[in-house]
Amino acid sequence: MTAITMLEAVNQALTEEMDLDPDVVVLGEDVGQNGGVFRATAGLAEKYGDNRCFDTPLSESGIIGSAIGMAVYGLRPVPEIQFSDFIYPAFDQIVSEAAKMRYRSGGEFTCPMTIRTPSGGGIRGGHYHSQSPEAYFCHTPGLKVVMPSTPADAKGLLIASIRDPDPVIFFEPKRLYRSIKQEVAKGAYTIPLGQARMVREGSELTLVCYGAMVPICEQAAEASDVSVEVIDLRTLVPLDEDAVLDSVAKTGRCVVVQEAPRTAGFASEVAAIVAEKRIEYLQAPVLRVTGFDTPFPYALEHVYMPDVRRVLAAILHAAHYE
Amino acid sequence: MTMSDTLVSVIDELVESKAGLPDGLDDAAALKLYRLMLTNRIMDERGMKLQRQGRIGFYLPSTGQEACSVGSAFALGEADWCFPSYREQGALLTLGAPLQAMVNQWYGNQADGTKGRQMPVHYSFREQRILSISSPIGTQISQAAGAAMAMQIRGERKVVLTYFGDGATSSNDFHAGLNFAAVRKAPCVFLCPNNQWAISCSLERQTASESIAIKAAAYGMPGVRVDGNDVLAVYQATRQAVERARDGSGPTLIEALTFRVGPHSSSDDPTRYRPDELVQSWRERDPIVRFGRLLRERGLLDDDLEQQMTGEIGSEVVAAVKQAEATPLPGTASIFDDVYAELPPHLEAQRQAILALEQETGAARADDEAAFPL
Repeated sequence: MTAITMLEAVNQALTEEMDLDPDVVVLGEDVGQNGGVFRATAGLAEKYGDNRCFDTPLSESGIIGSAIGMAVYGLRPVPEIQFSDFIYPAFDQIVSEAAKMRYRSGGEFTCPMTIRTPSGGGIRGGHYHSQSPEAYFCHTPGLKVVMPSTPADAKGLLIASIRDPDPVIFFEPKRLYRSIKQEVAKGAYTIPLGQARMVREGSELTLVCYGAMVPICEQAAEASDVSVEVIDLRTLVPLDEDAVLDSVAKTGRCVVVQEAPRTAGFASEVAAIVAEKRIEYLQAPVLRVTGFDTPFPYALEHVYMPDVRRVLAAILHAAHYE
Repeated sequence: MTMSDTLVSVIDELVESKAGLPDGLDDAAALKLYRLMLTNRIMDERGMKLQRQGRIGFYLPSTGQEACSVGSAFALGEADWCFPSYREQGALLTLGAPLQAMVNQWYGNQADGTKGRQMPVHYSFREQRILSISSPIGTQISQAAGAAMAMQIRGERKVVLTYFGDGATSSNDFHAGLNFAAVRKAPCVFLCPNNQWAISCSLERQTASESIAIKAAAYGMPGVRVDGNDVLAVYQATRQAVERARDGSGPTLIEALTFRVGPHSSSDDPTRYRPDELVQSWRERDPIVRFGRLLRERGLLDDDLEQQMTGEIGSEVVAAVKQAEATPLPGTASIFDDVYAELPPHLEAQRQAILALEQETGAARADDEAAFPL
């Protein structure tokens, strides 16, 4: 095993699946010869040719619309949206078409498509290269929403997503693209969707997180005197409720961390479920550490993004709550 | 991609014929045009250097496209509006956007009109009637149609000029914008500096149309194709389109054929996907050099004047950078302004919470590792 970045892990996952299944097709802007602006699709066009990895014209609705068409026809497309900030022209196709295809056709037509898209901030990208739009898609029945936080998880989850019979939005936290290297097994392997990862065990507080917030939470848990258990959700929809609820039953306190803006974010969903199903175990209110309810600022990005001290403040508040 | 016979060109002919400048231009105006293009070029060079030095986080040059931006904007009237893309700094300068303000925006400092909220080159200049710039492609096109419709509704004799690249012509907003404007006969001029590259996607993979201008026919508006590296041709075509629009005859699509000599942005390496010879062939059609040749031949420009201009502009940019670097960033509280007209309770609570935390634990530390990636 060699230590690789999340980008390399994504590239490996795509290569594995394109080797295994001739119906897997990659399309998007600059994914061909250029290998993607982050190089996630490097080498694929060369290896598999223009019919299986190609550049599209500049149209997100075209990318996803045509991918849906490929999927209902029988291919297994893996379209890329260059930055999740640009996904909105495709929103109609994703929400009205991909998400509802199976349901509205009584199961006759399905959409086994995986949309890959870098999300999140921390790379000085401002309003339009830093957004965390996962909540819009979590709110849409028919879609699965996945966000890995490590190279090994990225590879296994992406392969699982590609093999999944339902449409999956696969968010890649770009801040973590190159920031960590991890040993990743060669060959194809899957990590099941809907399964959270226990990052670190603890006994006094459950810290639930995903994406680029996971390393932040690990650092906060490390630095805290409270015994903190850290759970990386990995899949938002379908949620691994048991992992979260079992942990809260053990610790009695819960803090949920998301980079996305606060209102109606996914942390709200987790908090509601915990309050609904484990109220008798809770020693403190469920707290959320989130981005502000503002657009993502450029110059003050470091102020906006939840950092270790904000997570620590929430841990302290929950731990000392009477 | 070769220049076709239908491409409207002016400069080369003028050098031959020694005829007068196009309508609306005199010698003084010609020199202004030249100086504006030079400012555009020097500003871009400095912006890229600053990014490479890590002094600003990002830059997006318009190298090779100066004639498209400057020539067109020069044709606008005093009350007209501009809805640019992120590669029109030449137009912004022409319309009077202050250089200092533009440089402040690169740094996102306290003096920045956009309050440090957006990446560099995403300007907003309400006073000059230049719409705030976004990153997503083509969004300004349907908005421009709308602003032009507003001018109609108010019975004003004003015009909107909007810019977008070849990539944007694949977007839904291009279709909607041109269609709406044509159906309403709105006073909108659609100008496409076709630089033939959308990051790594070349023109022939962007569209199977024989040109961008031909797309106008589909919408029932005139389409004009000009040599985008010929500032006089660009000026002339825009002026005609602006007059048409102002007279109530509706929108026009102008394609200004040019070439993106530089990278898409400071995060792009075009040597990965473009042969040097192709780029070099376009460097030889440099719009500033071409126009300079005409001016020199007419006795309006010489080495001394060129050097003087370059020196003055250079000093201006250096001074602007110095001032921008000495200006601090906005404070934390500013993050919560302008989300709405009035700060709602939930945002007030978030603002208070973060300010209180900063009192207790100090300000958040900027991440030195954070960089807009290549």
